[in-house]
Amino acid sequence: MARFTGNKAKETPALNMGSMSDIIFMLLFFFMVITTMRESSLFVQIKVPQGTEVSKLEKKSLVSYINIGVPQKQYQAKYGTEPRIQLNDQISDVTAIATFVELEKMQRDESERNLLTMAIKSDQQVRMGIVSDIKQELRNAGAYRVFYNASKSGKK
Amino acid sequence: MSKRKTPGLNTSSMSDISFLLLAFFLMVSSINSDMGLARRLPPPLPPNQTPPDVKERNIFVVKINSKDRVLFNGEIGDVSMLKDRAKEFLGNPNNDPNLPEKQDVFIAGFGGTYPVSRGVISLQNDRGTSYDMYFRVNNELAAAINEMRDELSNEKFQKGYADITEDQRKAIDQAIPIAISEAEPAKIGEQ
Repeated sequence: MARFTGNKAKETPALNMGSMSDIIFMLLFFFMVITTMRESSLFVQIKVPQGTEVSKLEKKSLVSYINIGVPQKQYQAKYGTEPRIQLNDQISDVTAIATFVELEKMQRDESERNLLTMAIKSDQQVRMGIVSDIKQELRNAGAYRVFYNASKSGKK
Repeated sequence: MSKRKTPGLNTSSMSDISFLLLAFFLMVSSINSDMGLARRLPPPLPPNQTPPDVKERNIFVVKINSKDRVLFNGEIGDVSMLKDRAKEFLGNPNNDPNLPEKQDVFIAGFGGTYPVSRGVISLQNDRGTSYDMYFRVNNELAAAINEMRDELSNEKFQKGYADITEDQRKAIDQAIPIAISEAEPAKIGEQ
């Protein structure tokens, strides 16, 4: 009798884990597609202003970023506590903007160079003096498309 | 002759590996959708060019000082009033002689002419103005223009500005241009 009523009934069959990895891979690809890599780490603290009329930035490949803000705590000994400009991954001066625009233009296709947009990502507390200087430099360098980064405010 | 079954591979750790990969990509990437206001800068002025003569009724001056106070055409105002003032100025619904003139322009998208306002909003800021205030003023002006475009779009095409086609949008943009001029920065005040 023991032969038929043995522990066979109690044993749960092993779960097939083979397709689990497929599911995870699908998740992985999903995230890889919808996200973008962080290009460069920020040296400056930025809290962008809020606005109701903001729209999405289009054509990411044609955008270069100009970050403006007070250097982060760990870099303050090196760069001071006054607002500074960060182009790509280094702290720069206003005078470096012209060469920066040239370099960014060189990286794009010839047909798309006029469409280059400079996204100005500036902290709320930054004074307009530094921003005006940048805008003047951009005008002189022939980069007329600008984009003021901001976040969308909830209330309308 | 007997066929040997290949033993099944243990793939349970495969999911662990792909989980690790997933976690890695979640860490290094960011779902950043950049939002903001797009604007065009004017080309630099040729050195010996006199600025064009603009009638006083066609200009609405918005000044922001270093204490973030706002002045509209010489009166102290608040940012919250700016949108309505700008709409009144650019729209000029009653053809008030103190508000900007209009010029009939042929717009293909409407199949006729439309009185386009010649008004220009002149924005002047101090070097000490905070970026936050500057942006808020720009945002209010953008709000005024967007609302006017939406109203015109509803009138002409019975649809909101967001829902019309590209060609229709071009027509509306031509009828209500972004007439904001920023003054050459004055070197006054400290940074």
